[in-house]
Amino acid sequence: MQELQIPLAFGLGAFPAALAIGIIGGKAMDAIGRNPEASGKIQTSMILSIAFTEAIAIYGLVMALILKFVG
Amino acid sequence: MTQLHISIAAEEIAKLGSITVTNSLLTSWIVVAVLVFLFIKLSSSVREIPSVKQLLIELPIEMIYLLCRSIAGRKAAIFFPYIVVFFLFILFSNWSGLVPGVGSILVKSHEEMVPLLRAPTADLNLTFALALVSVGLIQYQGVKSQGIKYFGKFFSLRPAKAFIGFLELVSELSKILSFSFRLFGNIFAGEVLLVVIAVLVPVIAPIPFYGLELFVGFIQALVFSMLTLVFFNLATVRHEEED
Repeated sequence: MQELQIPLAFGLGAFPAALAIGIIGGKAMDAIGRNPEASGKIQTSMILSIAFTEAIAIYGLVMALILKFVG
Repeated sequence: MTQLHISIAAEEIAKLGSITVTNSLLTSWIVVAVLVFLFIKLSSSVREIPSVKQLLIELPIEMIYLLCRSIAGRKAAIFFPYIVVFFLFILFSNWSGLVPGVGSILVKSHEEMVPLLRAPTADLNLTFALALVSVGLIQYQGVKSQGIKYFGKFFSLRPAKAFIGFLELVSELSKILSFSFRLFGNIFAGEVLLVVIAVLVPVIAPIPFYGLELFVGFIQALVFSMLTLVFFNLATVRHEEED
Protein backbone atom coordinates (compact mmCIF):
# COMPACT_ATOMS: atom_id res chain seq x y z
CA MET A 1 0.00 0.00 0.00
CA GLN A 2 2.95 2.31 0.76
CA GLU A 3 4.19 1.82 -2.80
CA LEU A 4 0.79 2.65 -4.27
CA GLN A 5 0.15 5.96 -2.54
CA ILE A 6 2.15 8.06 -5.01
CA PRO A 7 0.61 6.71 -8.25
CA LEU A 8 -2.85 6.76 -6.64
CA ALA A 9 -2.46 10.37 -5.47
CA PHE A 10 -1.72 11.48 -9.01
CA GLY A 11 -3.84 8.97 -10.92
CA LEU A 12 -7.08 9.51 -9.01
CA GLY A 13 -6.63 13.28 -9.25
CA ALA A 14 -5.79 13.28 -12.94
CA PHE A 15 -8.51 10.88 -14.13
CA PRO A 16 -11.64 13.08 -13.67
CA ALA A 17 -9.72 16.20 -14.66
CA ALA A 18 -8.67 14.55 -17.93
CA LEU A 19 -12.29 13.61 -18.67
CA ALA A 20 -13.42 17.14 -17.88
CA ILE A 21 -10.78 18.74 -20.11
CA GLY A 22 -11.89 16.45 -22.93
CA ILE A 23 -15.50 17.52 -22.47
CA ILE A 24 -14.59 21.22 -22.34
CA GLY A 25 -12.44 20.96 -25.47
CA GLY A 26 -15.09 18.98 -27.35
CA LYS A 27 -17.86 21.41 -26.45
CA ALA A 28 -15.67 24.34 -27.49
CA MET A 29 -15.03 22.65 -30.86
CA ASP A 30 -18.81 22.19 -31.24
CA ALA A 31 -19.36 25.85 -30.50
CA ILE A 32 -16.66 27.01 -32.92
CA GLY A 33 -18.11 24.71 -35.59
CA ARG A 34 -21.53 26.30 -35.19
CA ASN A 35 -20.31 29.87 -34.97
CA PRO A 36 -16.79 30.29 -36.39
CA GLU A 37 -16.86 34.09 -36.00
CA ALA A 38 -16.97 33.77 -32.21
CA SER A 39 -13.87 31.54 -32.09
CA GLY A 40 -11.71 34.17 -30.35
CA LYS A 41 -14.08 34.58 -27.41
CA ILE A 42 -14.70 30.84 -27.18
CA GLN A 43 -10.99 30.08 -27.13
CA THR A 44 -10.35 32.52 -24.27
CA SER A 45 -13.08 31.09 -22.07
CA MET A 46 -12.09 27.54 -23.07
CA ILE A 47 -8.49 28.12 -21.95
CA LEU A 48 -9.72 29.64 -18.67
CA SER A 49 -12.05 26.72 -17.95
CA ILE A 50 -9.29 24.26 -18.78
CA ALA A 51 -6.97 26.11 -16.41
CA PHE A 52 -9.49 25.79 -13.56
CA THR A 53 -10.00 22.10 -14.27
CA GLU A 54 -6.34 21.38 -14.65
CA ALA A 55 -5.60 22.99 -11.28
CA ILE A 56 -7.36 20.04 -9.64
CA ALA A 57 -5.12 17.54 -11.40
CA ILE A 58 -2.15 19.68 -10.43
CA TYR A 59 -3.11 19.43 -6.74
CA GLY A 60 -2.80 15.66 -7.06
CA LEU A 61 0.50 16.03 -8.91
CA VAL A 62 1.94 18.35 -6.24
CA MET A 63 0.84 15.90 -3.54
CA ALA A 64 2.51 13.04 -5.42
CA LEU A 65 5.71 15.05 -5.87
CA ILE A 66 5.76 15.97 -2.17
CA LEU A 67 5.26 12.30 -1.19
CA LYS A 68 8.04 11.26 -3.56
CA PHE A 69 10.73 13.86 -2.88
CA VAL A 70 10.13 15.10 0.68
CA GLY A 71 10.99 13.06 3.74
CA MET B 1 17.31 5.97 -10.73
CA THR B 2 19.59 6.95 -7.84
CA GLN B 3 21.69 9.39 -9.91
CA LEU B 4 18.68 11.69 -10.49
CA HIS B 5 19.06 14.97 -8.64
CA ILE B 6 15.54 16.28 -8.04
CA SER B 7 14.72 18.59 -5.16
CA ILE B 8 11.22 19.97 -4.63
CA ALA B 9 12.59 22.98 -2.74
CA ALA B 10 15.06 25.52 -4.08
CA GLU B 11 18.54 24.95 -2.67
CA GLU B 12 20.73 27.42 -0.83
CA ILE B 13 23.82 28.54 -2.73
CA ALA B 14 25.01 31.52 -0.66
CA LYS B 15 24.18 33.70 2.31
CA LEU B 16 24.01 37.51 2.19
CA GLY B 17 23.92 38.53 5.85
CA SER B 18 20.74 36.94 7.18
CA ILE B 19 19.20 36.44 3.72
CA THR B 20 19.51 32.98 2.25
CA VAL B 21 20.14 33.19 -1.49
CA THR B 22 18.65 30.16 -3.23
CA ASN B 23 19.27 29.20 -6.83
CA SER B 24 15.71 30.22 -7.78
CA LEU B 25 16.21 33.64 -6.22
CA LEU B 26 19.42 34.16 -8.19
CA THR B 27 17.70 33.24 -11.46
CA SER B 28 14.74 35.53 -10.72
CA TRP B 29 17.22 38.41 -10.21
CA ILE B 30 18.75 37.60 -13.59
CA VAL B 31 15.30 37.48 -15.23
CA VAL B 32 14.34 40.85 -13.72
CA ALA B 33 17.69 42.36 -14.78
CA VAL B 34 17.25 41.11 -18.36
CA LEU B 35 13.69 42.47 -18.58
CA VAL B 36 14.60 45.86 -17.09
CA PHE B 37 17.66 46.20 -19.31
CA LEU B 38 15.70 45.20 -22.43
CA PHE B 39 12.86 47.66 -21.85
CA ILE B 40 15.02 50.60 -20.72
CA LYS B 41 17.19 50.16 -23.79
CA LEU B 42 14.22 49.94 -26.13
CA SER B 43 12.17 52.72 -24.55
CA SER B 44 15.05 55.16 -25.01
CA SER B 45 14.75 54.81 -28.77
CA VAL B 46 10.98 54.69 -29.30
CA ARG B 47 10.03 56.40 -32.56
CA GLU B 48 6.77 56.92 -34.37
CA ILE B 49 8.03 54.96 -37.35
CA PRO B 50 9.26 51.84 -35.56
CA SER B 51 12.53 50.12 -36.23
CA VAL B 52 12.51 46.34 -36.65
CA LYS B 53 13.58 45.79 -33.02
CA GLN B 54 10.83 48.07 -31.73
CA LEU B 55 8.29 46.32 -33.92
CA LEU B 56 9.31 42.89 -32.63
CA ILE B 57 8.57 43.98 -29.04
CA GLU B 58 5.51 46.08 -29.91
CA LEU B 59 3.66 43.36 -31.80
CA PRO B 60 3.27 40.82 -28.97
CA ILE B 61 2.53 43.57 -26.44
CA GLU B 62 -0.17 44.97 -28.69
CA MET B 63 -1.63 41.48 -29.03
CA ILE B 64 -1.82 41.22 -25.22
CA TYR B 65 -3.47 44.64 -25.14
CA LEU B 66 -6.11 43.59 -27.66
CA LEU B 67 -6.79 40.45 -25.61
CA CYS B 68 -7.19 42.65 -22.51
CA ARG B 69 -9.60 44.88 -24.43
CA SER B 70 -11.73 41.91 -25.45
CA ILE B 71 -12.07 40.82 -21.80
CA ALA B 72 -12.13 44.05 -19.77
CA GLY B 73 -13.51 46.52 -22.35
CA ARG B 74 -12.80 50.15 -21.51
CA LYS B 75 -11.23 49.25 -18.16
CA ALA B 76 -8.39 47.51 -20.05
CA ALA B 77 -6.19 50.63 -19.99
CA ILE B 78 -6.12 50.61 -16.16
CA PHE B 79 -5.45 46.87 -15.83
CA PHE B 80 -3.05 46.42 -18.73
CA PRO B 81 0.20 47.49 -16.95
CA TYR B 82 -0.30 44.95 -14.13
CA ILE B 83 -1.26 42.18 -16.54
CA VAL B 84 1.62 42.68 -18.94
CA VAL B 85 4.17 42.75 -16.10
CA PHE B 86 2.76 39.51 -14.68
CA PHE B 87 2.78 37.98 -18.15
CA LEU B 88 6.33 38.95 -19.11
CA PHE B 89 7.89 38.07 -15.74
CA ILE B 90 6.21 34.66 -15.59
CA LEU B 91 6.93 33.92 -19.26
CA PHE B 92 10.64 34.72 -18.94
CA SER B 93 10.83 32.84 -15.63
CA ASN B 94 9.25 29.74 -17.15
CA TRP B 95 11.47 29.83 -20.21
CA SER B 96 14.62 30.52 -18.18
CA GLY B 97 14.44 26.92 -16.94
CA LEU B 98 14.90 25.69 -20.53
CA VAL B 99 18.11 27.62 -21.23
CA PRO B 100 21.06 25.20 -21.46
CA GLY B 101 23.15 25.43 -18.28
CA VAL B 102 20.22 26.19 -15.98
CA GLY B 103 20.04 23.18 -13.68
CA SER B 104 23.15 21.54 -15.12
CA ILE B 105 25.89 23.88 -13.83
CA LEU B 106 26.65 22.73 -10.28
CA VAL B 107 28.25 24.54 -7.37
CA LYS B 108 29.36 23.23 -3.99
CA SER B 109 27.24 24.20 -1.00
CA HIS B 110 27.32 22.49 2.42
CA GLU B 111 29.43 19.56 1.11
CA GLU B 112 26.83 18.91 -1.57
CA MET B 113 26.67 19.70 -5.27
CA VAL B 114 23.61 21.82 -6.09
CA PRO B 115 22.55 23.53 -9.35
CA LEU B 116 23.62 27.17 -9.59
CA LEU B 117 20.47 28.21 -11.46
CA ARG B 118 16.87 26.97 -11.34
CA ALA B 119 13.71 28.27 -12.96
CA PRO B 120 12.19 30.84 -10.52
CA THR B 121 8.66 29.52 -11.01
CA ALA B 122 9.80 25.99 -10.10
CA ASP B 123 9.99 27.23 -6.50
CA LEU B 124 6.76 27.33 -4.49
CA ASN B 125 7.93 30.43 -2.57
CA LEU B 126 7.99 32.58 -5.68
CA THR B 127 4.67 31.37 -7.10
CA PHE B 128 3.05 31.83 -3.69
CA ALA B 129 4.40 35.39 -3.54
CA LEU B 130 3.05 36.06 -7.04
CA ALA B 131 -0.35 34.65 -6.03
CA LEU B 132 -0.43 36.87 -2.91
CA VAL B 133 0.41 39.93 -5.00
CA SER B 134 -2.24 39.01 -7.54
CA VAL B 135 -5.01 38.42 -4.97
CA GLY B 136 -3.93 41.55 -3.07
CA LEU B 137 -4.22 43.60 -6.25
CA ILE B 138 -7.68 42.12 -6.89
CA GLN B 139 -8.85 43.44 -3.49
CA TYR B 140 -7.12 46.78 -4.19
CA GLN B 141 -8.91 47.18 -7.52
CA GLY B 142 -12.22 46.26 -5.88
CA VAL B 143 -11.81 48.85 -3.12
CA LYS B 144 -10.55 51.46 -5.58
CA SER B 145 -13.60 51.20 -7.80
CA GLN B 146 -16.35 50.61 -5.19
CA GLY B 147 -14.91 51.99 -1.97
CA ILE B 148 -15.83 50.30 1.30
CA LYS B 149 -18.92 48.79 -0.32
CA TYR B 150 -16.63 46.20 -1.91
CA PHE B 151 -16.46 44.36 1.42
CA GLY B 152 -20.24 44.09 1.47
CA LYS B 153 -19.66 41.09 -0.76
CA PHE B 154 -18.05 39.24 2.18
CA PHE B 155 -19.95 40.42 5.26
CA SER B 156 -23.66 40.89 5.72
CA LEU B 157 -26.23 40.74 8.52
CA ARG B 158 -28.81 38.86 6.49
CA PRO B 159 -28.27 35.14 7.13
CA ALA B 160 -28.44 33.93 3.53
CA LYS B 161 -26.12 36.69 2.34
CA ALA B 162 -23.78 36.10 5.27
CA PHE B 163 -23.41 32.46 4.22
CA ILE B 164 -22.70 33.44 0.60
CA GLY B 165 -20.22 36.02 1.89
CA PHE B 166 -18.45 33.29 3.83
CA LEU B 167 -18.20 31.21 0.64
CA GLU B 168 -16.83 34.26 -1.20
CA LEU B 169 -14.19 34.64 1.50
CA VAL B 170 -13.20 30.98 1.16
CA SER B 171 -13.01 31.30 -2.63
CA GLU B 172 -10.76 34.34 -2.24
CA LEU B 173 -8.37 32.30 -0.10
CA SER B 174 -8.51 29.31 -2.42
CA LYS B 175 -7.53 31.63 -5.29
CA ILE B 176 -4.14 32.08 -3.61
CA LEU B 177 -3.68 28.32 -3.37
CA SER B 178 -4.84 27.53 -6.89
CA PHE B 179 -2.77 30.33 -8.49
CA SER B 180 0.42 29.23 -6.75
CA PHE B 181 -0.02 25.46 -7.07
CA ARG B 182 -1.05 25.64 -10.73
CA LEU B 183 2.03 27.57 -11.79
CA PHE B 184 4.44 25.68 -9.53
CA GLY B 185 3.00 22.26 -10.40
CA ASN B 186 3.14 22.81 -14.13
CA ILE B 187 6.66 24.19 -14.27
CA PHE B 188 8.20 21.86 -11.67
CA ALA B 189 6.55 18.82 -13.30
CA GLY B 190 8.00 19.99 -16.62
CA GLU B 191 11.50 20.15 -15.13
CA VAL B 192 11.12 16.66 -13.64
CA LEU B 193 9.81 15.34 -16.97
CA LEU B 194 12.82 16.76 -18.86
CA VAL B 195 15.29 15.30 -16.33
CA VAL B 196 13.65 11.86 -16.42
CA ILE B 197 13.51 11.76 -20.24
CA ALA B 198 17.13 12.92 -20.49
CA VAL B 199 18.21 10.10 -18.17
CA LEU B 200 16.16 7.42 -19.98
CA VAL B 201 17.01 8.42 -23.59
CA PRO B 202 19.77 11.05 -23.68
CA VAL B 203 19.79 11.67 -27.46
CA ILE B 204 17.05 13.25 -29.64
CA ALA B 205 14.14 12.08 -27.42
CA PRO B 206 14.16 15.20 -25.16
CA ILE B 207 13.72 17.59 -28.14
CA PRO B 208 9.90 17.28 -28.54
CA PHE B 209 9.56 17.62 -24.77
CA TYR B 210 11.46 20.90 -24.90
CA GLY B 211 8.90 22.07 -27.46
CA LEU B 212 6.11 20.96 -25.12
CA GLU B 213 7.68 22.83 -22.20
CA LEU B 214 8.03 26.02 -24.27
CA PHE B 215 4.30 25.75 -24.99
CA VAL B 216 3.37 24.96 -21.37
CA GLY B 217 5.46 27.90 -20.13
CA PHE B 218 3.65 30.26 -22.50
CA ILE B 219 0.19 28.91 -21.67
CA GLN B 220 0.78 29.11 -17.91
CA ALA B 221 1.99 32.72 -18.17
CA LEU B 222 -1.12 33.51 -20.24
CA VAL B 223 -3.44 31.68 -17.83
CA PHE B 224 -2.02 33.42 -14.76
CA SER B 225 -2.31 36.89 -16.27
CA MET B 226 -5.72 36.28 -17.88
CA LEU B 227 -7.19 34.88 -14.64
CA THR B 228 -5.87 37.92 -12.78
CA LEU B 229 -7.52 40.12 -15.39
CA VAL B 230 -10.86 38.29 -15.17
CA PHE B 231 -10.82 38.58 -11.36
CA PHE B 232 -9.92 42.31 -11.61
CA ASN B 233 -12.90 42.66 -13.89
CA LEU B 234 -15.22 40.78 -11.51
CA ALA B 235 -14.01 42.78 -8.50
CA THR B 236 -14.75 46.10 -10.18
CA VAL B 237 -18.30 45.22 -11.27
CA ARG B 238 -20.89 46.78 -8.97
CA HIS B 239 -23.52 44.28 -7.94
CA GLU B 240 -26.42 46.71 -8.26
CA GLU B 241 -25.54 47.16 -11.92
CA GLU B 242 -25.93 43.45 -12.57
CA ASP B 243 -29.59 43.25 -11.57
